[in-house]
Amino acid sequence: MSRGPLPYSSKILELFRNPKNLGKMKDATASAVAGSPACGDVIVFYLRISEDEMIEKATFESYGCAANIATASITTELVKGKKLIDAWEISWKEVADEVGGLPTTKLHCGILSVGAVKRAIRGYYKKKREKPSWLPDELTSEEKHALEEEELARVLSKKIGGK
Amino acid sequence: MFVMAFQKVQQLKRIILDNLLVNLVMFRSLETLIEAHKDVGREVYLDLENSSPIPSDIVEAMIPYFSEKAYGNPTITHKLGWMAYEEIQKASESVADYIGANSIEEINFTPSETESNNLALIGTALANRKKGNKIVVSEIEPLSIKFSTKMLEKRGFEVEKIPVDRNGFVNLEKLTKAIDQKTTLVSVMLVNHEIGTVEPIKDAVEIAKKKNPDVLFHSDASDAYGRIPVNVDELGVDLLTLSSYKILGPRGVGVLYVKEGVDVERLLEGQIGTQKLWPGVENVPLIVGFQKASELAFRDFEGSVSRMKKLRNRLKSGILERISGAVLNGPSGEKRAPDNVNISIPHCEGESLTIELSLKGVYVSSGSACTRAILQPSHVLTAIGKKFEAAHGSVLMKVTRYHTNKDIEYVLDAFPKAVKRLRMISPIKDGAD
Repeated sequence: MSRGPLPYSSKILELFRNPKNLGKMKDATASAVAGSPACGDVIVFYLRISEDEMIEKATFESYGCAANIATASITTELVKGKKLIDAWEISWKEVADEVGGLPTTKLHCGILSVGAVKRAIRGYYKKKREKPSWLPDELTSEEKHALEEEELARVLSKKIGGK
Repeated sequence: MFVMAFQKVQQLKRIILDNLLVNLVMFRSLETLIEAHKDVGREVYLDLENSSPIPSDIVEAMIPYFSEKAYGNPTITHKLGWMAYEEIQKASESVADYIGANSIEEINFTPSETESNNLALIGTALANRKKGNKIVVSEIEPLSIKFSTKMLEKRGFEVEKIPVDRNGFVNLEKLTKAIDQKTTLVSVMLVNHEIGTVEPIKDAVEIAKKKNPDVLFHSDASDAYGRIPVNVDELGVDLLTLSSYKILGPRGVGVLYVKEGVDVERLLEGQIGTQKLWPGVENVPLIVGFQKASELAFRDFEGSVSRMKKLRNRLKSGILERISGAVLNGPSGEKRAPDNVNISIPHCEGESLTIELSLKGVYVSSGSACTRAILQPSHVLTAIGKKFEAAHGSVLMKVTRYHTNKDIEYVLDAFPKAVKRLRMISPIKDGAD
């Protein structure tokens, strides 16, 4: 299953061709970036959060492969209408299931999407200088994954340079 | 005991069922992916780097050899064996003639470029290890050479990689310095498979042999044969790789030219037939196909090359004119192979672009990590100093003498549309190269 061409599901193809909730949001309450151009995948999430901490609207932009676009798109669908406490609980496995399964080499796309959402939520509370009891102090594995990927890209780019 | 056995059987059943389900989902996915192309207006295949369509006259030349004639084993003493032997001799003579080899004994048919390169690197290093244990290669060799050197390193050989400049030309000064008395083999490809750089092999051979007259020189000429003149005597090489599918012949056959007197160890053991370096029963239909593909490539060599150059130039300049920020990877002019176009498109990820173009009937490949099972960007593009972003956003295309102006115009119409849509999705708006 690790060999190309990667057998994408029909759902991924559909979301790649017609992504939902695409574009920059001008009145976003919170936003977050995950990934790095050097890794070949960058996602930006925009969330509009109501006063009672409900995600009213979620949009995304993506520079990445078809799986990256599809997982980002489906994640916006999954968090829309959810309270932040519930959106925080969405796992990359749910994202992968929602797009009809991901090839093994593309599982990191689901992790990156969830990492970006968690970053946006954490950023939202940081800006408000509040910290609900359910928000862990430690970074979650998804947030760490996004961080590790960005760190790796920085190290490799530095090592190889560029003329 | 019985319960445990029962549980194991149940577990096994579950694994089998899970695998069946995974395969079923995968096949359904593939059906959907293929079905999504049903409305494409035209199909233009430019992914000649990874496989090729076989022109009908080559297919027709091969067909009789599957079941009508010369299907015997060439080492056996009967009519069908002798017929097979005759075809292999003819094909060997023809290839020897095209590359200026002295005898057909120097032509070894192998299953492909990959096997030829493994044989050239590992087989030559092993056969000459008493003379020395150092191998020198360029940084932009194909994966079959790159990974062969890794295997040699594991077996105690020292491997030095020579850097290349921004256009992929190997640094001859560093090559000279790298060669010492324990160096037994140098390998630098004649034309780079990704960026089309025509390497100065003749100069490199002269330099190498001046520094150490015993050094052997191998060159992978898979992307040169049929597109630029290739003559082993003029180049001065001791070993040379050729690929069949890279000249529109069938997949599954390649050649390793080994100059008379050069020692190469076999990598596989088995029944040795007409090919002393590759055991097993010779695949006569494919060898005939390779011969036919060579014949067609050289029938009107100058005319074909001129046609490829025109199509290549139109494709290259058309994309550079239409796509803002697009950059050609590799050299321009006579030092670039006539068929090769490799362009980095800023703010566009390569895998998405190959899929978007595929949905429009244009088939290309990319140096993006996402298109590769190893999840690493093209080592050729990073070796010429391109940033990872430029490698992720690169597209590799090759034209053939069979492409038409209409094909190229179709690509030039589809390409900007594909890029525009992906750039609309992308959050990155500047500074990709």
